[in-house]
Order: sequence, then C-alpha cells, then structure tokens
Amino acid sequence: MRAGKSRLSTLLFISAVVTLLVTVTTLNQLPAGHELHVGNFMVSLLGKYLTYAILAVAVDLVWGYLGILSLGHAAFFALGGYAMGMYLMRQIGDRGVYGNPDLPDFMVFLNWTELPWYWMGFDSFAFTALMILLVPGLLAFVFGWFAFRSRVNGVYLSIITQAMTYALMLAFFRNEMGFGGNNGLTDFKDLLGFDLRSDDVRLGLFIASGVALIFVYLLCDSILRSRLGKVAIAIRDAEDRTRFLGYRVERVKLALFTLSAMIAGLAGALYVPQVGIINPGEFSPLNSIEVVVWVAIGGRGTLYGAVIGALGVNYAKTWFTGAYPEAWLFALGLLFVLVTLALPKGIAGLRWFPSQGKKEGGT
Amino acid sequence: MSAAGNYQKPLIRRDRTFEFLIPQYVDDLDLSHGTALYLEDISVNFDGFQAINNLNFYVDTGELRCLIGPNGAGKTTLMDIVTGKTRPDTGSAWFGQRINLLRMDEAQIAQAGIGRKFQKPSVFENLSVFDNLELSMTGTRTVWGTFRARMSRETVERIESMAETINLSEQLNQSAGSLSHGQKQWLEIGMLIMQNPILLLVDEPAAGMTHQEMDKTVELLRSLSGERAVVVVEHDMEFVRALQAPVTVLHQGSVLAEGSMDDIQSNSDVMRVYLGTESTT
Repeated sequence: MRAGKSRLSTLLFISAVVTLLVTVTTLNQLPAGHELHVGNFMVSLLGKYLTYAILAVAVDLVWGYLGILSLGHAAFFALGGYAMGMYLMRQIGDRGVYGNPDLPDFMVFLNWTELPWYWMGFDSFAFTALMILLVPGLLAFVFGWFAFRSRVNGVYLSIITQAMTYALMLAFFRNEMGFGGNNGLTDFKDLLGFDLRSDDVRLGLFIASGVALIFVYLLCDSILRSRLGKVAIAIRDAEDRTRFLGYRVERVKLALFTLSAMIAGLAGALYVPQVGIINPGEFSPLNSIEVVVWVAIGGRGTLYGAVIGALGVNYAKTWFTGAYPEAWLFALGLLFVLVTLALPKGIAGLRWFPSQGKKEGGT
Repeated sequence: MSAAGNYQKPLIRRDRTFEFLIPQYVDDLDLSHGTALYLEDISVNFDGFQAINNLNFYVDTGELRCLIGPNGAGKTTLMDIVTGKTRPDTGSAWFGQRINLLRMDEAQIAQAGIGRKFQKPSVFENLSVFDNLELSMTGTRTVWGTFRARMSRETVERIESMAETINLSEQLNQSAGSLSHGQKQWLEIGMLIMQNPILLLVDEPAAGMTHQEMDKTVELLRSLSGERAVVVVEHDMEFVRALQAPVTVLHQGSVLAEGSMDDIQSNSDVMRVYLGTESTT
C-alpha cells in the first residue's frame, strides 16, 4: 500500500515535469508579440532552474534519506560543469579572439605553448560525457572512502565537505591550474555542432534538462523504493543498529554518496551551456549551503520536495534580486528560519502532499 | 581502584609470537566443542575506569544464561566487546573455536551469527514494522544485493508469521515509531530472531513490559534457547527467576559468582554487593 502511494507521487511528478516542458515549448513557439509568449531568456532561466532541481535531488538523496549533510555538493556540480566547459572550449577551435586552433584563448594569453595533458580527450564528446560522471564520482569516492571508513559523522562531516569545496575553489582560482583561473571558461560557441546562441538549441537544452531530471528522479526513486532505500533510512535513523544487523554502513554511504556526486556532475554539465560560463565562484561554499536551504524548504526526505524547493526558491531569488537586490539574503535567511520553525518537513510536509519514504505515525 | 596497577599488557605472549599467523576472519563457525563464546582475560579501561577486569566468561551452545550485576558492573561493556563496538585492551574473544571476534567489525560479527538487542529499544522508527523485520531477515547485505532484492511469497510469509509470534500482525504496516514501549521491545526481539543468530545477546528485554508481556517474553526466550545460545541481561529479579537459567553475577568488571538463582541468592558475596535485602525473603 505504501508502494502504491509512492508510485502515485512519481507519476504525478513526471506528469508535472512533462506538462512544464510541453507548455513552455508550445508557448515559446508563439509569435514574439503574443501575450502568452515565453521568451528565450525565460526558457534558459527555467532550464537553469531544472539543473538546480537535479542538484537538489542529489543532495536530498544523501541528506534526506541517508543523513549525510553535505555542504560541498556544489563542488561536484562545478566539476561536472568544468568538464562540460572544457569540451565547449575545445569546440571553439580557431574562432577564439587569438585565433589559435590548438589552444584556448586564456592559455595563449598566459603564453602557454602546448595543451596540458589533462585537457587531452576533451575534444571528444563521449570522453567528456564520461568525465562529467567520473571526475565528481571519483572525488566523492576517495573523499567518502576516508570519511566513512573513519566514521566521520554529523557536523564534522559537513565541515570537511565545506572545506573540500573551499579548497577546490582556491585551487581553481589559480591560473597555473590551467582552467582559466578567475575568469573560468566562457565564450562558448557550439555544442555537438549546434550553435549555442540559437533559440532552438536553448530550447533543446531546456528540454534535455527536464528529461535528465525525470531520469534522475526515476533512478533515485527506484533506489529508495528498493530494500537499499530502507537500509538508507535505517542508517539515517539508527546507524549503529543497522551495523549490528550486519549491514556495512560505510559501503552503503560510499555508494550513494558517489552516485549523488555523479548526479550533481550531470546537473553541472547541463547548467554550463545554458548560462554560458563556468568559473571558480561555482565552488563557493555559499552555493552548497544554498542547495541545502532549497532542500530544507522544499521538504527533506521527499524527492519532489527537493525539486519544489529548488524551483521555488530560485524563482523567488530571480524576482527578489530584481526587485530588492540587497534584501535577498535576508529574505532567504528569514524563509529558512520560518520554514524550519513552522514546517519542519518543508513544503512537501503540508497535508495535501502524498507521503513518500516516510510514514506518518498511527493508522 | 588503581587502574594503572591492574592494567598490564603482557610483554610477550609465547603462543602469539607471530600475529600474522593467526587466521584472519574465517566464516565457517565451528561449535564442535560445545562452546559458543569464549571470553578470556578480557580487560577494558575507559580513561582510568576499569570497566572490565580480567573477565572470563563462557557460553555453551544452546544455553540460556542470565547476566546480572549492579550498575557499572560491566554488563553492557561485555556485550559491546562481543558485538565489536568496544575493543578490549587485553584478552581474547572467540565465537566458536575459529572466529576471532577481535578482528572483525560490527557488521561482520552480526553476519557471523551474533545478534543483539539493545537496552533502550532501538527499532527504525520511520520504517514500518514490516520493513523493520525485512531488514533484519537473513539474506544479502551488499549494496547491490539489497538494491536488487525482491520479496518472494515465502519471505513475506516468514515476516507475517514472525509478526504473529510477536503479536504485531495488526501493526504490520504501521510505523515502528508509533508502537508502545513494550511493542517496540517485542519488535526488537522479533528482529533479532529474523537474523537467525547462533548467539543472542538480549539487554533488558522486560523493561517497560506488563506482567503478561513479561510471561510471554520468558516463554519466547526459553523457546529460543536450545537451538541458539541466549544471554539475557536483566535487572528484574522476578524475571530472571522465571527464566530458570544459570545466572552469572558481574561485579566491578569480573565474575563474582555463577550458579542457579537459588545458589546466587544464598551466596554471601552476592548478598553483600548486590542483592542485599532482597535475598532475605
């Protein structure tokens, strides 16, 4: 009977995303003067929000269901973004400002004569696609291997994830790293031969983000509905008890943390072509904290709650930073405090949402 | 209690010259000598507090044993050692003749066949009674295995029949957090049995139970022994008496006395440190 409820919420979720995709696509095709026309700026903005929603699902998977409060997930997002950015840089070819066919502009500017070894292979989209998942996944695996094996938990784990993203930010700021330093990677032209500035490609990226969100949601949902999902909740609620039942807690954590990082990397890779730039600012600790706030507001421990939080808060942010730019962080802080006090389960905890993953007490 | 004096690591153990020669974790349990658990010369020191002091404790296969002792006697620490939560400073702990418990972590020990019920009922409150039993059931414990695990008709029936045994059939789909204290105790005992362990460590099973529930618990624990070894830690003397099992009294981290409940109650040492006035009745 619980499975039925969970399937219902999945079905509702998918229909909602599909409806969004279809509506926006249709309204985008209307002539520009039409009052219902959705402009290309809005399409890209929504596409960006959808990638944030994927990131929020990744965070919710490890925080809401496994109890790992990661304050460094933006790092995995940014790494996926950088991998995509490197591919897009290579696609520029000799159309850069300096017209150098072998080197990206910033390397010419730094008087580099040859491509660093870690840029090799990023001419190929297949290789890039692999790296988008592998690089964040590998970092999460190595990080998690040491952290979970040593049983680093709770706030200590959160602090070291925060330190990790901060360290990466400092590293990527350095020109010597070969990732464009402070300016990052930008001035992209093509993706798979399609012009990134064309309206159709922007719409395509928006749809791809929506499809990716559905795919990620289904993947996470299938995990959470399996026995593995129950083990995850058991670890979240009583880690020691789970160990005494014979489960290798550190392996479950490692597997899901790595998967979550790969999902975050995918989100980053979809994000970069839509915003047109990736720079070390994406590693900023504040970004990771913001993701956690989206999930908390939307409803930790429900996948669709995380999506609602990401979309809702980012929409509010866009509106707020337009209307009252200085007040946004205060508004976000206030919202966070209010939600924590009044709605501990977030927006998804409101009565008219179906329960998912967690059950209410009583019959 | 001069901790430093009591606590000495032997400089050389002639039977353990080459640590690497001692077989690593062996998963076939060998109980052919009829002893399920060997704890020998165990000492644990927590920052100067000697929780366990040169303890020797054996449990036979299929035996039901009660462990009593005043607060701080080391009962819970003993369980922590057996289940891998605490590492002793000295001594050895073997499960059967071949499994060295001191080289395994909690999950390996649980998989080898030692189950534990905690003092404070610890069930997974956000999961249903059914899910709690499902997770405890013997079977795959790997990440991939649990992801692919499917419920067969047979396993569902097994869970349902366990729910019946522990009187929770009605609450099967209810979250464990909504159960009463006594029901949680029962659920945890049920989870323990689902693990199908060879050795059960049961910490204060009767806490928070009514008299009828206690009688049922006694009956259940007695029925479990025989096939499995059961060690029960309990404060309630009436409950211990009802179990009709040999009793071991711990005091300041060592065994003070062993014997039947009647022997124990007439033992002058025990009367002095523990039973006090209760033994005069």
